[in-house]
Amino acid sequence: MANHSGHAGPHVVPKLLYFAVFLALIVLTWVTTGVSTVDLGRWNIFVALAIAIVKASLVVLFFMHVWYSTRLTKMIVAASIFWLILLLFLTMADIWTRQMMGVPGR
Amino acid sequence: MASHAVDPHVSSTVQHHFENAEQQKDASTVGMWVFLLTEVMFFGGLFLAYFVYRQAYPAAFAAASNNTNLIIGAANTTVLICSSLTMALAVRSAAIGKSNLIVLFLVLTLVLGGTFLGVKAYEYHDKYVRHEIPGHHFDCRDEAGKACTDAAHTPLFFALYFGMTGLHATHMVVGVGIILFLIGQARKGAYSPEWHTPVELFGLYWHFVDIVWIFLFPLLYLIDRSGAPK
Amino acid sequence: MITATPPVQTKKNYLNQTEGLKSWLLTHDHKRIAILYLLGVTFYFALGGIFAVLIRLELATPAGDLVESNTYNKLFTMHGVIMVFIFLVPSIPAVFGNFLIPLMIGAKDVAFPRVNLLSWYIYMLGGMFVLTVLFFGGVDTGWTFYTPFSSSYSNGYVILSGLGVFIVGFSSILTGLNFIVTIHRMRAPGMTWFRLPLFVWAHYATSMLQVLGTPVIAVTMFLLVLERGFHIGFFDPAYGGDPVLFQHMFWFYSHPAVYIMILPSMGVVTEIITTFSSKKPFGYTFIAFSSVAIAVFGFIVWGHHMFVSGQSVYAGMVFSILSYVVAIPSAIKVFNWTATMYKGSVRITTPMLYALGFIGLFTIGGLTGLFLACLGMDVHLTDSYFVIAHFHYVMVGGAIMGFLGGVHFWWPKIFGRMYDEGWSKISAIIVFTGFNLTFFPQFILGYLGMPRRYHAYPPEFQVLNVLSSAGASILGVGYLIPFCYLLWSLKYGPPAPPNPWGATGLEWQTASPPPTENFAVTPVVTQEAYTYTKEEVVHVG
Repeated sequence: MANHSGHAGPHVVPKLLYFAVFLALIVLTWVTTGVSTVDLGRWNIFVALAIAIVKASLVVLFFMHVWYSTRLTKMIVAASIFWLILLLFLTMADIWTRQMMGVPGR
Repeated sequence: MASHAVDPHVSSTVQHHFENAEQQKDASTVGMWVFLLTEVMFFGGLFLAYFVYRQAYPAAFAAASNNTNLIIGAANTTVLICSSLTMALAVRSAAIGKSNLIVLFLVLTLVLGGTFLGVKAYEYHDKYVRHEIPGHHFDCRDEAGKACTDAAHTPLFFALYFGMTGLHATHMVVGVGIILFLIGQARKGAYSPEWHTPVELFGLYWHFVDIVWIFLFPLLYLIDRSGAPK
Repeated sequence: MITATPPVQTKKNYLNQTEGLKSWLLTHDHKRIAILYLLGVTFYFALGGIFAVLIRLELATPAGDLVESNTYNKLFTMHGVIMVFIFLVPSIPAVFGNFLIPLMIGAKDVAFPRVNLLSWYIYMLGGMFVLTVLFFGGVDTGWTFYTPFSSSYSNGYVILSGLGVFIVGFSSILTGLNFIVTIHRMRAPGMTWFRLPLFVWAHYATSMLQVLGTPVIAVTMFLLVLERGFHIGFFDPAYGGDPVLFQHMFWFYSHPAVYIMILPSMGVVTEIITTFSSKKPFGYTFIAFSSVAIAVFGFIVWGHHMFVSGQSVYAGMVFSILSYVVAIPSAIKVFNWTATMYKGSVRITTPMLYALGFIGLFTIGGLTGLFLACLGMDVHLTDSYFVIAHFHYVMVGGAIMGFLGGVHFWWPKIFGRMYDEGWSKISAIIVFTGFNLTFFPQFILGYLGMPRRYHAYPPEFQVLNVLSSAGASILGVGYLIPFCYLLWSLKYGPPAPPNPWGATGLEWQTASPPPTENFAVTPVVTQEAYTYTKEEVVHVG
């Protein structure tokens, strides 16, 4: 029993939108390459990741049609991001706090 | 459930345990998304190892990353993004019923994907020649021939480099195989606006592989490229 | 009233619809695939059990006199790897989930029948890797494969074992993926989420765990294999690697894995308790949501396996508190089951004996888990027999009792035969008795300080160890008897009616055994789940 708000036939994304997203992706690729050669200290990694997240979001939303998709699909995408963050940050919670006790080896 | 006009071609592609084509397509799409979710967690483990070791050995990672070729990396990223565009256009062509365009865009995707893999093979060979493959002959040196900063920990970077890009490349090789199959099917006219699910689902897979690279590129190629003294 | 067509008395069912080995090995039918899995998991349960026998034989005497320490390491490793990865994780989902979920939701099959068959072949392949390890001489790292012993120093077959676990993991992923899509998209008209049997909710939660967690152990095994094969230092301190990172990655899956092992069992218990109390479950919504809560919270407690590993104390504190929180939804279920029975019309049948045993034993296992979740206590109890007793109470007293309860509850549906109720009750009681005699002494041994994974121990521990080994022999007998009467019933048991227990649920509205297409006409559901009225209660004579 399909219960998403159905639309007759496949939805067709306008070619223009695809090209716009493509252009944005290319520009951002070369922006991130260029920014990496500028010394921003500890901010380099954050800028690089922020750009990567924007690029990934464009691919997910428009190339992968998530912008137009069902609630279930959006939930699955959100879940994968959430669980990846969980894996990374809860593990780092150990690594980042290891030196905090001020006791050797703790 | 909306009833669609009976299309003998369509009803022959609806498997018996589904009520109708719409349910089948919907279920297949959800299935592919769940599969991609498992892939996120699969690559995620490697991103975790990267995260941990980059934090622990920032100098080694920066030095090792500088030994990758920035322009080749950026260019290869561009190639892969182009292949994502052509794949999206292939899916779109199927949705609007332009069979010949499906084949064209799939072939372009194949060529671009193949180019990416070829460049990666060149890069791997280059690393072999420069003794950057972890093992007995490992010897990390910068452009001037000086040993890399914190050289003892640079093998970790390269292990992750080969592990992550290798896993990514394996996914691309599988993808290339599937594109060949899809091209064959498209040439036989198997895909129509009513049914082109394999093309759509493969498109999702291909875009996912592109997204993984979108993160791999800055993490592996773009560490500390300013050359500023620390 | 559920308006399914009354079951047609036809001889054709999924078992005899087609004949020949090929029709089984190439089947797309979820019911046949469930039987294929049943054969597989039963074989591996027996194999894992043989290792348990050898372990308990060695531990009957304080001296390490039956086997050497290296061999003993291999015994407990093989026991753990087989029981966890190849028996418990697939057991209920791949057998009962596969058989029942389409029936319970009113579908003709799972969403991806061919993927289902593929998952069985992948399972058998992974199992074969482990058999190969066995033939070559085994692996000795413990089922936890901790580095750097597993990556650098072990002389066992770590790479083959790691690959076996990797492969079997994909079987689990595909099963979970199939169930998620099936439950979301294949429900019959009128089967809303809150009309689903709680068995289905339990498997949905389990499937979440399978698809989110298993890929991480897959990549962990991948890295372990790379490290061992190519001497790359991911987890080797000599190269700057962190062995604790291995443990993080390993337990990120392996803790949720224990919920993969227990949630389906809880689903079985809910079905049995409601049926044999002839009463709808108390707090349906609580049971449904607590299943999902266990799945979600199960992902944020893994560090409680690592309190003394070198993990930071602050992380330990966080994981400790979260481990207390995850106990809450489990406890909720115990209250719900008890309240369901209260003022119900309780019948003591074999499945009910297993379900009641589950409630008691799981409660003990769960509460002792809290002792271990307490950071300070765990420093003393970790790696002692207290831990072994705890997890055997939940895994054997919990998960396996649930599995056996499910076998006895759905046997008439799956095979169309009734088994001998006298023998089945006797063996349930033998299992319960043998189990407690085996594992309760181990709590005391752990408290007294006996370490786990040792083949020799101080003589003052012998009495308790002998009790434990004696209990194991009784437990073994309890497990063997069902083989006899169940197999006997296949040929000589009386034919089963569609609904021998007077249960609700769509699976009981179709014939026993069901026809290949499950239902002659797709059911339309118009009532809530678990509607037991006086008219519907059928007492088995």
